[in-house]
Parts: sequence; C-alpha cells; structure tokens
Amino acid sequence: MSGTGETTWVPRKRRGAELVLTVMAVGLAIFAYCAVGLGAEGRVPAGAVGLAVTLVVVAVAANLLIRRFAPYADPVLLPLVLCLNGLGLAMIYRIDLGMEARRDSWTSLAPNQLMWTGIGVAAFATVLLVVRDHRRLQTLTYSFGLAAVVLLILPLLPGIGQNIRGARIWINLGPFSFQPGEAAKICLAIFFAGYLAEKREALALAGRRVLGVDLPRARDLGPIMIGWLVSIGILVLQRDLGSSLLFFGLFVVLLFIATERAGWIVVGGGLFALGTWFGYLQFSHVRRRFEAWQDPFGDPDQNGQIINALYGLAHGGLLGRGWGQGSPELTPIGYSDFIATSLGEELGLTGLMAILLIYGLIVERGLRIALTCRDAFGKLLAAGLAISMAIQVFVVVGGVTHLIPLTGLTTPFLSQGGSSIVMNWAIIAILLRISDQTRRPAPPVQPVSEDEATQVVKL
Amino acid sequence: MSELTLTLIKLGFLAVLWIFVLSAVSVIRTDIFGTKVTETPAGPGVAARTPKPAPKAKVTKPRRPQRGTPKLLYVTDGPNAGQSVPLGDQPILLGRGTDAAIRLDDDYVSTRHARFASNGAEWFVEDVGSTNGTFIGSQRVTTPVPIALGVQVRLGKTIVELRK
Repeated sequence: MSGTGETTWVPRKRRGAELVLTVMAVGLAIFAYCAVGLGAEGRVPAGAVGLAVTLVVVAVAANLLIRRFAPYADPVLLPLVLCLNGLGLAMIYRIDLGMEARRDSWTSLAPNQLMWTGIGVAAFATVLLVVRDHRRLQTLTYSFGLAAVVLLILPLLPGIGQNIRGARIWINLGPFSFQPGEAAKICLAIFFAGYLAEKREALALAGRRVLGVDLPRARDLGPIMIGWLVSIGILVLQRDLGSSLLFFGLFVVLLFIATERAGWIVVGGGLFALGTWFGYLQFSHVRRRFEAWQDPFGDPDQNGQIINALYGLAHGGLLGRGWGQGSPELTPIGYSDFIATSLGEELGLTGLMAILLIYGLIVERGLRIALTCRDAFGKLLAAGLAISMAIQVFVVVGGVTHLIPLTGLTTPFLSQGGSSIVMNWAIIAILLRISDQTRRPAPPVQPVSEDEATQVVKL
Repeated sequence: MSELTLTLIKLGFLAVLWIFVLSAVSVIRTDIFGTKVTETPAGPGVAARTPKPAPKAKVTKPRRPQRGTPKLLYVTDGPNAGQSVPLGDQPILLGRGTDAAIRLDDDYVSTRHARFASNGAEWFVEDVGSTNGTFIGSQRVTTPVPIALGVQVRLGKTIVELRK
C-alpha cells in the first residue's frame, strides 16, 4: 500500500482563528466596561485595569489549556462565551453605578461577578483536565441521576434551604448561597443521555400506532412519567416554574432525538399542557404570572418589573441609549433575570440581536458537535446541553420581553450569580471535550502485511 | 463627555460587536468544510498542520484524476504481472475462473473475484463475493467504489490498476 492519492477528511484545528476571536471578545468586554464609565460618569472607571488584567489572564489560560488538552476542539465556543461573560460584567457594573447614584447603600456586584468568572474558568479547566474522554461519563449514568435528584432536593431541606423572592431554590453554604438547580442541569443532561443511549431501541421500536402517532409501550413510558413528576414536584415544592420547564423540555427533546419518534413530542406536549393547566388552577403564583403576561398594564403595582423592562426596551429603541446612558437600574433584578432588557435598553435592538445571535451560534455549535459525534452518548449529551441552553435563553428572554409568561431563570453567562456562571463554564468544557474527541483525526491504520499469515491457511 | 463622543462610542461599540459576531460566523463557515489532505507517511497529524490550502485548490483536487480516460486495466503485481485488458463498455470480471477477462493464476483469488464496470464517466470496482476480499489500500471493498487512474486495487496477491 503506497497510499498515493488516498485522501482523508481532517478537520482543521483553527486555534489561530480562535485566538483572534478571543482577542476580539476580550477587547469588546474591556471596551464595554470603559464605555460604561465614560457614559455614566464621564471617566474611565478605576477598575478597568483590574478587569482587563483578569480577563486577559482568563482568556490566555483558557486558550493555552485548549491548545494543550483539547487541540481539535471547536474554535468559536470559547470566544463567544468570553464575549457574553464580558458583556454581562459590563452590564452589572453599569447597574452598580446606577444603584450607587440612587441609593445610599449598595454593595457592588461587579467585583463579585469577576471573581465568579475566575472560578468559572477554573471549573472549566478542571472539567477539561478531569474528563479526558466523555464516554467515561456514561459509566456513571445512574450516579449522575441520583446526584441530580439530591441536588434538586437540597434546597427543600430545612437549615440549608433558603427562600429568596418566593422560590426555594437556593442553599446556604456559609458565606455563599448556591443554586443547586444549575448543577442539577448538567447531571440530568448526563443522566438522560446515558439512559437514552442505552434504551433508545426499546423506546423507539416497541410500541403501537395510534392515530398515526407511534406511541411507546406503557412500561417504557415509566421514565418519562418520572421525569414529568420530578418537574411537577419542583414546580409544586420549590415554586420554580423556569427550572421545571427547562428539565421537562430537555427530557422530551432528548427522547425525540434518541428515538426519532414524533409521538414523544405529542405525549410531552400533552403532559406539559396538563401540568400548566393544573398549575394555573392550583397555584396563585402561576396564575399571577399568566395574568401579568396577558395584561401587564392592567395592574401596574403588581407588574412594575415587567412594565419597567418593556419601557426600558422602548427607551432603547433601534440603536440603544449607549452604555451608561439609559436607566436599567430602575427595573428590579435588572442585573440578573432582566439583564436582557437592561442590555436592550443600552444597546438597542441592534445589540440585543447580536447577543441573541451569539446564543444561537453557541447552540448551533453544540448541535453540530452532536451531529459529528460518533457515539450515541456523546451525541445525546452534546444535543442535550445545547438544547438546555436554547430552552433557557428562550424561556428567560421570552419572559422578560413579554413573549411568554415570565418565569425566573438565569441568562447563561450574562446574569449575575455564581452558580450559573460556574456551571455554564463547565457545560462549555464538556462540549469542547466532546468536540475534541469528534474532530480529532482517527489514528492512522497500520497496513498489515498479510502475506505470511495467508500462507499458513494455504491448503 | 460631549454628546458627539458618546454617540460615536455607542455606534462604535455596536459596530465592533457585530464585527465580532460576523467573524465568528465566518470562522464557522470555513469550518464546515474540513481540509482534504493527501495522507503522507508522517501521518494526518502533520498533514492537518499544513497551511490552509487556497479554497480553489480544494475544489480542483478531486477532479484531477479525471483528466484522462482510462483505456487499460493493467496487472502490476502478482503471478500475472504485465497482463492487461482493454476497457470498453462492458464490465470486466477478474478471477481464477474461465469466464474472467484475465484468468489470474493466484491461489488467493476466488473463481469470480471482482468486477470493474463503468457508468460512462467513472470506473467502479465491486467485489462479487470473493473469499479473501478486494482491497483499495487497507480498505476492503464492500460496495461499488469509484477508482481513478493509478489507484491500486488488490485481489489476493494480485494488484491491478487503471491506465491510460
């Protein structure tokens, strides 16, 4: 075998392109931070040097780490995420400034967020170093399932559980409060992917056809019923509509991807409608959300937050007020759940579109990794992580822009909040690991000189 | 800060943000198509590091073998080395049997081993249920595989190729 004329498909590493984009992303973040200071106070903020140094260190560390430990990983995920993280930091700093001007006492959130960004990148590095092959995670399928359930139950336990703003989703760990739901999201994605990679045939092939829809067997319905009950349980016990929607949506979409049966979407959609209806009848807080959605201006005292957010978006218009020129601090929680409308006010439709496009690109890369991945588990995991981000962004941005009823969820990478930042960095690390495995060229096949072995067979 | 400066900063930031998004999109666009590299003995690791070939070169590369039409099926190695059969419209059967176009005196070749056929534009090789298989490089032929000029196809110990 001379090998002449034999061509193989080798994906390019594109680490250089990644570096260029990373430089741009960090530049954007520093630009945004300085522009906030210039717009709001007329001078470059004092913390700009500290922020610039931290971001450059973080970017360089992440870049070197990928070069060393995941050389074939996707080149655009890291810059996109860094850009979002930087924009979030700038916006949180903006709201700090606005709050300081309005209130006497306000503890700045931006330094804390910067620290969490550092911890997030450390988590990113840890995942990238510890998980050398994503298929190893499949052996821990049920452990991750158990971990997810434990994490979801933790906030309900007396003593460490905390009730903040009507939702019982925080736990108190000494100086920090932590949202275990964010970690549970990753655990559940791994559990669903592992479970479905194993059971997909049984779910897909055994079943009856009713009204042109392939319905699975009753016993295979078990897991989806459990998934539904868990999400309803979260809804009932923790009053967390957003996470409930996210987990259930993730499960249904993964079932659909694993089995290619539209029946699951029908079943899932039906169960979701049932759950929503039940919630609407049963819980006053769900009903209030619906009413606030149908007619936000009917009860301005109750719906001040969403009304402020909508006025903020209108104030921003097409090109926005400019960094530091709007008044996003008027919207309560404008640095976390409502950060999308805060950004919409300062950057306008043009800027908000760019941000949504960045999310779109992250999801697209995730789905692309799922498409090119060679093993079922990796496919489902990458798709699950991408879909969970898509659902999360849709639910929260749709909620704050009055497209769907408002439910509390964090905006990945933008929102203020430690657990969200750290866990989303971990998600990106898992995606990059799968991507590295997928794009790495197969080891060269050693040509076997069969002649001697063949002689033995000769009769 | 004058109003003008602030407006310039605002528009400048939006412009830079969009330039960033569009550069990310263009990286993704070029990334959709991998690089086709000719496998070198040093392995694909080195090949992947070669500078990006111009997009035009990528397109023309697969077409290059089609420049000439093959006219001959030539046995380059094995007991029947040097024999050849002209290519026409008809498919050509190789094997040890009497109905083969070239009767190969090779113990590792089946009676009916492989068939070479053309669709008018390209020649294909197809294994017709041989015992020891037909190989292109290290790849066993399981379906009809298009072959270009000079690609070596191995049947048992015999190696054949298309020639002009």
